[in-house]
Amino acid sequence: MELSAEILAIRFGYGLPQPEGSLSTVPEILAALAGPDPAQKQYPLPPSTHFATLSDAYVREKKIAKSGGNNKEAETASRQAMSGLLDLAQRSTFARTIDSPQPFRERLVAFFTDHFTTRQKGILDHYLTFSLVDEAIRPNIGGTFADLVTAVTLHPSMLSYLDQKVSTGPNSTLGKKQGKGLNENLARELMELHTLGVDGGYSQDDVRQLAELLTGLTISPTLTTEFEKRRVEPGAETVMGKTYDGDNMKAIQKVLRDLALHPRTAQHIAGKLAVHFLSDTPDASAVEAIRAAFEATGGSVPALAQALLTHPAAAKGLGAKLRQPFDFLVAASHALGISGGTVMAMKLVDFKRNYLFALDKMGQKLKFAPGPDGWPEEAEAWVTPPRLAARIDWSMQMPQRLANPLPDPVNLARVTLGTRATKTLTTAASRAESLAVGVGIVLSSPEFNRR
Amino acid sequence: MTGKILTGPALNRRFFLKAGLAGACSLAAHPLMTTVTFAASNGGRPLGDHRLIVMILRGGMDGLDVVRPYGDPMLARYRPQITKGDKGSELDGFFWLHPALADLMPLYAKGELGFVHAASTPYRDKRSHFDGQDMLEAGTGSDVPLAAVRDGWLNRMLQSIPGLVSDTAYSVGAAEMPVLMGEAPFSTWAPDQSLDLSAAARVLLDQVYAEDPLFHASAAQAMEMSAHLQMAEDEGKKPEGPFADDLALADFTAARLNEDTRIAAFSMTGWDTHRGQNAAIAKPLSHLAQVILRLREGLGANWGKTLLVAMTEFGRTARENGTAGTDHGTGGAMVLAGGALNGGRVFGTWPGLDEAALFERRDLMPTTDVRAWAGHALRGLYGLDKGLIEKSIFPGLILPPDPGLLL
Repeated sequence: MELSAEILAIRFGYGLPQPEGSLSTVPEILAALAGPDPAQKQYPLPPSTHFATLSDAYVREKKIAKSGGNNKEAETASRQAMSGLLDLAQRSTFARTIDSPQPFRERLVAFFTDHFTTRQKGILDHYLTFSLVDEAIRPNIGGTFADLVTAVTLHPSMLSYLDQKVSTGPNSTLGKKQGKGLNENLARELMELHTLGVDGGYSQDDVRQLAELLTGLTISPTLTTEFEKRRVEPGAETVMGKTYDGDNMKAIQKVLRDLALHPRTAQHIAGKLAVHFLSDTPDASAVEAIRAAFEATGGSVPALAQALLTHPAAAKGLGAKLRQPFDFLVAASHALGISGGTVMAMKLVDFKRNYLFALDKMGQKLKFAPGPDGWPEEAEAWVTPPRLAARIDWSMQMPQRLANPLPDPVNLARVTLGTRATKTLTTAASRAESLAVGVGIVLSSPEFNRR
Repeated sequence: MTGKILTGPALNRRFFLKAGLAGACSLAAHPLMTTVTFAASNGGRPLGDHRLIVMILRGGMDGLDVVRPYGDPMLARYRPQITKGDKGSELDGFFWLHPALADLMPLYAKGELGFVHAASTPYRDKRSHFDGQDMLEAGTGSDVPLAAVRDGWLNRMLQSIPGLVSDTAYSVGAAEMPVLMGEAPFSTWAPDQSLDLSAAARVLLDQVYAEDPLFHASAAQAMEMSAHLQMAEDEGKKPEGPFADDLALADFTAARLNEDTRIAAFSMTGWDTHRGQNAAIAKPLSHLAQVILRLREGLGANWGKTLLVAMTEFGRTARENGTAGTDHGTGGAMVLAGGALNGGRVFGTWPGLDEAALFERRDLMPTTDVRAWAGHALRGLYGLDKGLIEKSIFPGLILPPDPGLLL
């Protein structure tokens, strides 16, 4: 069954009107997943190694300053270079999503970025979180789930966030010398969140064994992933009944693939995809179709996407999910005709007020999910009194700063909602005392906020 | 209109007037006005009369600078620059209170202010704000992997309360409060979130939300909160000046606690004083003092049934660093206030400042667990079972004997 443009845009994209040149049929959309990433190409970001160079210089300048050195200017320049990079990453995240002619691809990128949530502790290290999207998620969106698990697990942002960088085998050279030990954080989340799922049939012993197997995997001072022999816990480990020998990177890559391809993982990922795109209580046959596609193709991401988009449930029950705040701001940008280029060129103070701080108030601080389990899925988490007030407030106040002239509210409802523009809504929008209030009513309506 | 409305709090009546609907329309025709909190105000009060305010001081408050052990000569040796100014107010001949908290001294004299010194969570060695706050709010020990805990200790406490309603507990402010996150329902509002709508716009929103219960209920509550703040503004009660945001926060919290809310949680930032600490710490401390004084004023007679517990993720280094600041440490201090407190003293076990007595020869040695004090607060206020505190709320904690926190 072919999905309507409306469903593709609202449920599987970032709303109507879609960016110019957007692909309009399911086969085109799926085929393009294996091709190049237009959004990343349009708004490129420097790699994490570039960030590492800046960060290194900054740490050096700070040290000199701390020991009383006369380097105020160099320290300031260094700090500015880092915050400039962060600003670029924040804006690009919006611009890419707003402009991409492949909105569904962007949704998949966002889904897996959330699935593999990372967050950095220092505000300046924060750039790594953006790098993970560019270096581990985007390049693998046309590949398999195992490619994603491997790339993400080996990325410095994850190794840092889930403490793998400090994990040391108690019987390793370093462990014995310095009395250091294991950190199970990454091993646990790999099984609980990233692959098998919380009831995925693993035991505490499996967590421990996996943590031992992962020892050696760490980050170099220049923020590259490395395998440090002196941290490796000697001996073979058994994870989920399978023994992994060889204290090297190969054994780690092997266990990551095995976990990624496990039947429990297929079940877990199928359920999460259906919950994210369809409903908090998705149609069981849709979950089963995605799971079967996972099993049949070894977790090919385009195959999972195909199973999702071609299942009858994809066309039913529109409105069961809520646009999360980031998605709301992107959809509102589409509604108001704000392009990614405009976001990139906006004054910093405007970008912060219109986008970044707005996101904070709506409860979704950019790239700062509260925990490794990512952002909540259920609408109740986002439609709390202060968070809804932030959406209403934005809808009433910001469009007049962003769009000149403001669109006609009734037309806006029809263009952005298609057949979902109810009579109640268009009537209310037409009765507004001003264009600004009319636009505000449309953007704060349940119809616009749900998908 | 129904009798329920007429007997409701003044702010609700005012809200109708503001919306231009009073008298003209019946309540049923405008369901946005039947608010969640309203409905709850006729419900039970599962926690009785006692109020608990939990403040999370984010950034690592320097306990040694707030409650200053001038009685120990090592302090001045470790901190030549920080200790060279005003010594502050004498508490007990050993400890002095930071001068930025001087306005709180009358409370200390009345027993409505107290401190715990040399307390910390079980968090050790890594000194990361995020991990430290995660542990503080999760309320777990180091035996439980942090990532395995997805709710906060205050929420786990609420989960054990029968008859809980959503406004029994309030998270105040825009920042997420992990200490209150979890299965048990709670309400949330950010006093700095404005919802500046004309009466006509409210009516239109009411219409478009009419068929969506989730949007409708949330918007109704948002409008009530916003109207409440608007009313304070109209009556010239809107706080102004450098402490306006703190006072608004305190006013809002006190107003909730004067109605059905019994637990409120919010956070204050600005404690990460790596450089120029004398100026850097005076600022958050004066904000803290203003919040406490305003809460006391706003709570009126209810202050006598209130306990405020302010806690931070860790203390700071005993020695000042090269930039007249302090770095992340371990043992810290807690601030306690409220009419229910048996205060006017510094609780805890003082470990001393000799280098050998410091944690890793660096930080104030923690001698008690922050969770134990919070546990006794919960037990004293609400009579919670010891086993519940040790097993569910703070798993792994062994509750020490009652330190006599409360009157």
